[in-house]
Order: sequence, then structure tokens, then C-alpha cells
Amino acid sequence: MSRTEFMQGNAACAEGALAAGCRFFGGYPITPSTEIAETMARRLPKVGGVFIAMEDEIASIAAVIGAAWTGARAMTATSGPGFSLMMENIGYAAMTETPCVIVNVQRGGPSTGQPTRAAQGDMLQCRFGSHGDYSTIAITPNSVQEMFDLTVKAFNLADRYRVPTFLMADEIVGHMRERVTIPDAVEIERPRPLAEGRLPFEAGDDGIPGFAPFGSGRAVHVTGLTHDERGYPDTTDPEAHDILVRRLVAKVESARRDIADYEVTNPDAETVFVTYGAPSRTVEQVLHDRPDDSIGHLRLRVVWPFPDFALDEFPNARTFLMPELNMGQMVREVERHVDQPVVSIPKIGGELHTPAELVRALEACR
Amino acid sequence: MIAPDWFREDRLPHIYCTGCGNGTIINCTLAAVEEMGWKREETVFVSGIGCSSRAPGYILTDSLHTTHGRALAFATGVKMARPDLHVVVFTGDGDLAAIGGNHFIHACRRNVDMTVVCMNNHIYGMTGGQGSPTTPPGAISSTTPYGATEPAFDLAELAVAAGANYVARWTSYHVKELTKAILTGMQTPGLAFIEARTQCPTNYGRHNKLRSVSAMIEHLRSHAILIQKHDRLVAEGKPVPEGSFTVGEFVRRNRPAMGVQR
Repeated sequence: MSRTEFMQGNAACAEGALAAGCRFFGGYPITPSTEIAETMARRLPKVGGVFIAMEDEIASIAAVIGAAWTGARAMTATSGPGFSLMMENIGYAAMTETPCVIVNVQRGGPSTGQPTRAAQGDMLQCRFGSHGDYSTIAITPNSVQEMFDLTVKAFNLADRYRVPTFLMADEIVGHMRERVTIPDAVEIERPRPLAEGRLPFEAGDDGIPGFAPFGSGRAVHVTGLTHDERGYPDTTDPEAHDILVRRLVAKVESARRDIADYEVTNPDAETVFVTYGAPSRTVEQVLHDRPDDSIGHLRLRVVWPFPDFALDEFPNARTFLMPELNMGQMVREVERHVDQPVVSIPKIGGELHTPAELVRALEACR
Repeated sequence: MIAPDWFREDRLPHIYCTGCGNGTIINCTLAAVEEMGWKREETVFVSGIGCSSRAPGYILTDSLHTTHGRALAFATGVKMARPDLHVVVFTGDGDLAAIGGNHFIHACRRNVDMTVVCMNNHIYGMTGGQGSPTTPPGAISSTTPYGATEPAFDLAELAVAAGANYVARWTSYHVKELTKAILTGMQTPGLAFIEARTQCPTNYGRHNKLRSVSAMIEHLRSHAILIQKHDRLVAEGKPVPEGSFTVGEFVRRNRPAMGVQR
């Protein structure tokens, strides 16, 4: 059994988190993500969870990481300015292999920018924003239903790969209201437990160590310093750093096919839209208005690690078109992987591309 | 005496300089932990960045060595998610009062049930001796080469004003008093803040006419003045000795606290 509701995207995100077993939320109010915190503040105490309003976004992600190390499913939600503040501790979560979920309901930037307007300007920041080399997972919902479903997925991926995982929404998806089906139960995958005799940062065959949350008697030392398999700092040995950081990157990048999640429409098409998040809705409208097998659509639900092999689903593609609510961010990644021309259709200011704008771009390249 | 099974012997040698007071503070803290009867598997040490913050790495419990200044925010997450765990935070003056100042006052305001031990050596030791928010006016550091000109924070008074349930200050000279203060803090529900003034002979003493470790400890001893004595001098209109600082119990109260195990 399941129930169907008419719900706001941010509320659906919170419901997805609760369904996934999230029992800790640390956050700070920021438009346009605040309804997620408000929903969690209302709902968490009733399911035995903890909501805490922290003093800033740095403290919010810190508390989330602390809670995650007790074994709780933990989450925070923010937007651009708060996301920028979180960057150092996001790197800490990557370095310490802390499973946690960070929701970014993107708004126009840079700086305070457009608090109430949609953007996709943080897509490279979520991949490269903290210092040093690392890899994480970023998911891009395009509907209220996906605000629920992909939040659940974010928790499972965070736990499986032991990485901070981003739900990169935007103001449109966060604030729109749609029908959403909420199942009675969702699939939940928790981290693999640390086996007896194994070290806390000793990787399995998949590059991922077993997890021993605090209080389980394994005396785990967690540090953001370069560390060995025991978790002990080893900050000057070039080999120790090389082994650790390459493993942190490889455990995500080598699993790109397992993590990938995308939709293919008209695989024989010659002209192919590549989208993620809200702009995919405009492309869907274009395809709805003018059914045409020569127009394809690759819609990414996971953008990082980037599924370059998904572009091969269009063997006849002569041109890729990429509408984004930024000045061209993920288009760089597409350009890196294909020989065909890639046309960026950037739009900033807070509004979605209209179908007419995309049709114009389509006709210009034909 | 501290049972050796609280230390990670495989981490030795430690990074602390000869004559550093941090080991004394760690010993006092572990003596209090033992007195409390806490078990290793139910105790978590949390820290930020700096010399003080390396302490959890030498203790055989779960431990979280976090980012600079943020230890209290991380510890808040640990304690709120698992109130049955005992949480102890090691921090330093730069970590707590400069980059972590906002988290410090808010952790005290929330009164989260944990014990915070600040090793205040009045200097950034790990990076080579730069001035911190507790560097006394006039003191020489690598960033105050002509003497510190800013006023210093009084960490204990700050914690009292911000709402912590227990606040005390002692020094690395006052081993028994410090241990007892940490113990009392651990017994008090809510946030216990214990400032432990300590010597950094390498990066502070050398530049401030306190060339030997014993001179630094003697300086701490001779400039510490009991709160009661200080208040009596003030009440009697007598001068408070120049350069002195108060030690003792600043507050012990029972304000509502968060993260207390039910």
C-alpha cells in the first residue's frame, strides 16, 4: 500500500529522509531550502529523532557528521551561501568516509544573489568545492516525486560508498507542488559493518572500509589528517597519502556504472538534449508538443560521478544540446567525453527556459 | 594513577615538545574519567585542530579529530544523537576562542551535556607561536613582535555569561584541583567548561622571559589567585596583584541542559 499526496518538493524531500530512516537533522534557515528544516523540526521529535537548529551552516554539517559517526542517518539542507560555508567540513566528510546527505536547493548566485529564484550554479562546487582531490555523489531531482525518491536513494548511496552525498535540487523543484506517491516502506541499505579483525580504514575489495559507529567498542580514531588503515595520522609519507586519496577517489569513480541513474528518450536521435534537474521538464514539454524521433533526450538523475557512458546511448547523435540554469557548467563534462559539437544553452536570472527558447536553439543547430 | 589501557601505546612517541603542559591536562582528564567509572566503549573524545586537539589520538576510545574550531559542533551532533555516550572535548585557545568562538558560546548556551577541557597556552603552538585571542597584552609572539596590543578573552567568564552549567579554571601546576574540577564538571549535567592554563615553553616561554619550564609553571602558580581571594581584595578596596588571574570554580548551577541521558 502507498498513499498519494499533493505536496511541495521540499516537504517531499523531508518525507523521503524520514522514510529512509533519517533521525538527525542539523540545519540553519536559508531560502529556498527552509521548508525542509521546518518539516524535519515538526516531524523528527515524533519519530524519536533529533532536530537541532545550529548557529550556522559550518556547525550544521559538523553536527551531522558527528551524528553520522554514532550510526544515525543524518542530513542537512541549505542553499548557495550555506553550501559555501559547508565546504571545509564536506572535505572532512569525504576524507573520513562519513556517510551523510547534504541537500542544496540551489538559488541564484554568486554571493547572496537571488534567494527566491532557481539556479543550477553550484554543480561544479558540489564536485570540486572543498580543497584537495576527492569524489562524491550528486543527484538531481526534477519533480516532487523525485525529491522523495532520490532523497531515499541519496541515503543509500551515502551509506554504501561512505561518502557525503548531495541532493542538488533547485528553487523550482523545491517549491513546486505536485502529486507524490509515498510508499509504506522504502528500501534501506546501511553501511557494511566493520568485520572482526579488520582495521577501521582498511578497504574491502570495493575500496570501501567496514563501518564501526561510535559506541560499538572498536575504539575508532577519526581524523581529517592523512591517515593509515588504523586511522592514525601519517602526514609526511608520500605513499600513505597517495594510497588513501587514490582510494577515496577510486571507490566512487570505479563505481560510476553502479551509481548511474538516467533516462534515455529516442536513442536513435541525431539531436540530443542532455539535462538534469528542472530544465528537463522544459525538454519534456518540447518533445510532448512536437513528437519527433530525431530529437533525443538524456536526463541525468546522477550527475557525479559523471556517467560518460550514457552519452553512448545515442549512437547517431550529431549534436548535443545542453540547457542549464547557469552559464554552462556540466556542459564542460559533456564536451570532454564526445567528439560531436556540444551546444550550451545557458540561462540565468531565475526562470526556466521556455519551450520556444529550446526550439529556437534546436532549429539553429539543424 | 592512570591505567595504561586508556592510552594507544602504538601511537607513541607523541608530538608534544619537551616540557609541554598538555600531557598534564590529559592525565588530569583521564584521572577524572577513571574516577567517574566510565568505560572506554562508552566514552568519546572530540577535538578540533592544534596541539591540544591531538590528545584524542592518543586515547584508546572512539575519537573524532575534526576541523579547526568546530569540535563543539561535531560533539553536539555526537551527544544529541547518542546521549548515552560520554563526550569529552579537548580544545585550545585558538581553536576555541578564535575560529571556534561562535560554536563556543552557542554550545554553552545550549548547555549540551559534555565536558570541555581547554588547554590555554596563550599561543598558536602548532603553527609556531602566533598570537591568539588569549595572548596577554604586551606578550611577544611571532605575529605580535612588538607586544600584543589587543585585549585578551577571559574564557571562563565567557562560558559563564554564555550559560554553561559548570565553569572552572586552574593551571597545569594545580594538578589535584584541576582533576577535581574536571570530575565535578563531568558529574554536573549540562556543559562543563574547564579552562586549564598551561605552559608552551617552545613557542611562548622562550620569547617572554620564561626560558625554563619550571619558570613557566612557577609563573602560572604565582599569578593564579583564588576567586574568593580576588573578590575579598576587591571588596576591601585593596589592589589586585598586577598580571594575576583568577582560579577556582566560577559557577556550578542546574540550568536546563540538552543531551542529558534520561
